[in-house]
Amino acid sequence: MTDIPGFELKDLDGETRAFPSSGPSLLVFVKEDCETCNVAAPVVEAFFQAFGKAANVWMISQTSDGSLVLKDRHSLSLPILDDAVLKTSFAFDFNIVPALYWCPDGQSSDLMFEGFVKSEWQDVNEKIAATLKADAAALDWDALPDWRPGCGSKHLDPEIHDKLRADAEDSPIRARKIEVASADDVAEFMFDQGFSDGLPLVPPTPERVLRMLGGTRRSSKEIVAEMPPNMGDATIEKIAINAVMAGCKPEYLPVVIAAIEAVCTDEFNIHGVMATTMGASPVLVVNGPIRDRISMNSGLMALGTGNRANATIGRAVRLAIRNIGGSKPGGTDRSTLGSPMKFTMCFAEWEERSPWDPLHVERGFEPGDSVVTAFAMTSGPSHIVDQESRAPDEIAGTLGLGLEAMFLPKYHMMPVDALLVVCPEHVDTLMRDGPYDKSRLRDRIQTVTTRPLRSMVADDISGAGMTRQAAAKLSDEQLDKCVPKFASGDYIHMVVAGSDAGKFSSAFHGWVTGAMGSQSVSRKIEET
Amino acid sequence: MTIILDPTDEADPVSRQITPRSGQVSGVVGLMDIRKPRGDVLLDELERLLSERMPAVEIRRYAKPTFTKPCPDDLRAQMKAECDFVVEGLAD
Repeated sequence: MTDIPGFELKDLDGETRAFPSSGPSLLVFVKEDCETCNVAAPVVEAFFQAFGKAANVWMISQTSDGSLVLKDRHSLSLPILDDAVLKTSFAFDFNIVPALYWCPDGQSSDLMFEGFVKSEWQDVNEKIAATLKADAAALDWDALPDWRPGCGSKHLDPEIHDKLRADAEDSPIRARKIEVASADDVAEFMFDQGFSDGLPLVPPTPERVLRMLGGTRRSSKEIVAEMPPNMGDATIEKIAINAVMAGCKPEYLPVVIAAIEAVCTDEFNIHGVMATTMGASPVLVVNGPIRDRISMNSGLMALGTGNRANATIGRAVRLAIRNIGGSKPGGTDRSTLGSPMKFTMCFAEWEERSPWDPLHVERGFEPGDSVVTAFAMTSGPSHIVDQESRAPDEIAGTLGLGLEAMFLPKYHMMPVDALLVVCPEHVDTLMRDGPYDKSRLRDRIQTVTTRPLRSMVADDISGAGMTRQAAAKLSDEQLDKCVPKFASGDYIHMVVAGSDAGKFSSAFHGWVTGAMGSQSVSRKIEET
Repeated sequence: MTIILDPTDEADPVSRQITPRSGQVSGVVGLMDIRKPRGDVLLDELERLLSERMPAVEIRRYAKPTFTKPCPDDLRAQMKAECDFVVEGLAD
């Protein structure tokens, strides 16, 4: 005997029929447009005529209109129960209609089969008759086919099944459900609720969120992080909801989750990154095999528009920070100007086009790992244009001079990260005479940006830099001391991306780098 | 009707009432520097003025480790335990 779910369904007269029942019960699920169900319907009616006084003989129909059609077409007098919402069919979890359950004790199933195999229907006829000590139903079995395949149950239609899964008691969906009246425009409603970054959102219906959750093996209830400033629980489910709104595909979800893990660390300090008047935002770099699996762009237009994964992963992270963390412009986000990076900024490194170890390998991961790295950046991509240099040191010098513009050319010895995106043509020039490793490029950047302290003192052209009072305490010799742009070459991060044509590299400029501000963080992406 | 799922943390903000104002300053006044540049200059001046005009008031100074991160819970609890009033130097 197998336990089966209970239900309360109405028959065509509006009377509620409940299961479990005190009496023996025969339940047959049917769908009107299934030919095999139409073969079975007169048989079930004959069972009702034979056993209906001693047992419940119920037909359970998967469409309301179909119940009436079946009744008329086959002159049925047995109770036809309405399961048009399909919750009972879903709970029983069969695949094919007709689906028959014989429950001699009124609560558990002694026999179950699907479709129409004549011998099975003959056997159940004998079995019920024996149990009830009644005569078996009289049927012209020879007139019936030996075998007919059934049809797929209606509750398994993909759209319907996702919705039923979302509504089921053991559903992974736990978030508050918001009913939007049919007179309301869902897109407008979401703007009004403040869910949006200013662009339209995909409505996070339970069905879509459920499909999104299919992108990860992690439990929807798992809390990935406490997200400032509200310290909201960033569950996998909440992240999935924001990923749906951003326009992600389910296979992007592991990247979004890993990025959120990265930015919610104390090292990355997403609270400060979002709150600063300077207007910082996470810049996400993706490395490893997942780039190809989800068709990320590392080539032409890598930092721009047109690629769904690049665009929506970055947006999902920002929407999650807004909605789960509660960081909103004018609230705790106090950016003076902000930047387009606050919508989204995510791209992949073109590892195959790079002569160097990819970013994630440089940071201690295996080449076969998929990794996302988050940098807190305040501006960029800022182009560094050089179409003339033909010698490796010349192009390296150009990249240095381009980076000297970070914040203000006058500022030097900066303990601040920069992320340099070197384009393929610049890479080719660097490598023209043989290997030109990253440490040599960092040294070259530092060398060409080295200036005497004297040039950093506040003056009539610009009051920024070393104060006049501080400079007055230094000797001429001290003021002649030369310092480079960066406090250390380690602040210069490099990746390769962009199309094969064009001599335009680009740089992202950091924020307050270090324990007092933000440090870049890498997280391995779940393999699914 | 369309059903959508709430993308927020669903935490209703706790409404807090302002502590009743007594009309006078007494006891311990905490001066909290969030470590923004020149916040100390402002609070030094405030301390000087308070000591001059309200000699009976005890002044204690506090500072966050960095303005970029939320105030540590311990520091918040310490100020709550020790102070009757707190003045926080926000922003620069």
